[in-house]
Amino acid sequence: MKEFGYLRPSQVREALALVAADDGARFLGGGTNLVDLMKDGIETPTRLVDVRRLPLDGIREAPDRGLVIGATTTNSDLAAHPEVRRRYPALSQAVLAGASGQLRNMATVGGNLLQRTRCGYFADPSQPCNKRSPGSGCSAITGEHHNHAILGWSDHCVATHPSDMTVALAAYDAVVHYETPDGSHEIPLSGFYLPVGESPQRETVLPPGALITAVTLPAAAAGPRARYRKVRERASYAFANVSVAAALDVEEGVVRGVRIALGGLASRPWRALVAESALRDAPATADRFGDAADAELSAARPLRDNAYKVTLARNLIVAVLTELAHRAE
Amino acid sequence: MTDGTRSEILLRVNGLTHRLDVDNRRTLLDALREDTGRTGPKKGCDRGQCGACTVLLDDRRVVSCLTLAVAADGSDVTTVEGLAPDGELHPLQQAFVQLDGFQCGYCTPGQLCSAVAMLAEHAAGWPSAVTTDVSPERPAPELDAVEVRERLSGNLCRCGAYPSIVRAVLETAARAEVTG
Repeated sequence: MKEFGYLRPSQVREALALVAADDGARFLGGGTNLVDLMKDGIETPTRLVDVRRLPLDGIREAPDRGLVIGATTTNSDLAAHPEVRRRYPALSQAVLAGASGQLRNMATVGGNLLQRTRCGYFADPSQPCNKRSPGSGCSAITGEHHNHAILGWSDHCVATHPSDMTVALAAYDAVVHYETPDGSHEIPLSGFYLPVGESPQRETVLPPGALITAVTLPAAAAGPRARYRKVRERASYAFANVSVAAALDVEEGVVRGVRIALGGLASRPWRALVAESALRDAPATADRFGDAADAELSAARPLRDNAYKVTLARNLIVAVLTELAHRAE
Repeated sequence: MTDGTRSEILLRVNGLTHRLDVDNRRTLLDALREDTGRTGPKKGCDRGQCGACTVLLDDRRVVSCLTLAVAADGSDVTTVEGLAPDGELHPLQQAFVQLDGFQCGYCTPGQLCSAVAMLAEHAAGWPSAVTTDVSPERPAPELDAVEVRERLSGNLCRCGAYPSIVRAVLETAARAEVTG
């Protein structure tokens, strides 16, 4: 690991100035991803600015009766919070489906949003990777890619975003709030992650030196009939092959409201808007759920070894919606 | 201007305060083992994947291999040594001995610290990924083998002593319930 300075400001403005003053500076949250990458020399910050003693911790009511989640709230505290469990249960379930008890105690909400892909080539400095070393090529397209993207990838990168939390945030129309030296800004999660395109090293719209301060959940998205389900290669403590966050409102057998987001399939959480529009005011039946899933997944472009994800995603969407429909009756 | 690359920190380890001058790169795990002589926490993967280095940081379980010592400045740390401060084994340690909750023992300090914190998390009503209904109106899920396995999935045991570890944890939880 390369040497670095360490600073622990107590105010957001101070933290922004400390990062702005050093091109090699990075914010440090729980460190579960950043420190790991530093051990491999994939991240080589010259200065770490620790954000965990900034006043950004905790969950409070938003003016619209939604929730404001502070950026340094740990994943554990987010998942255990009574109002998250009551109003946004799929978010609690998604966070609990990720990592381990120890890592959830360390990892922050802001850091979870910004965690890097677990593509094995990204993590291996001896291999070409456009995300780590722009222009060097993508090893995964023709290499080991059974758990890579089927949606939205480009010839430059086929990595997936590893977060469970962000899949639920996508379904719930969360908004990301951040600060720059110019002031406060916000952006819906749907626009937070950039399409892969030709620059896979640029993952979000955040300008350099911006600090995520909070994530808000709108009141309109709250409701008990929501579910996060994750399929992975072992029962626990593994990244998703496919995951689904969904919420469903059914009246007299007809879909009145539906939210679906998919994980493990793309470089970002994938909001299934095509499936959602196919389902609105449609009968809440397994057949229609399947048709909607097929419509969404018609955009899928599987790689040599991951076509199984198309079937898996379809089946998981149908299973989750069917379960929610039964619960709604 | 170049930042300093070392820091002076205070760590309270098992009740004893240590003032340390550490390289900013030093992990909490290395600081505990090399600088304070607490060798209970073990270096398994050193990547946050195996859980052998688990300690309690301000009463919460963390992997000390991904925690920078400098970032833990001012914190209370409990290592496995701190579970038996006066030489009398913690009930969970007794259960591990009686029920063969280990073979080689390398993962055991992490298993013990993790399980102690996990029982506290459960007692506080935290749900897990296998909890059917996370609604706060529901009583905390009963601790069974499925819940224990999920909640301790961050601690690997390459000897495969899992069945005995689960038994020891369940036994300890049941006793704590009886005696309050």
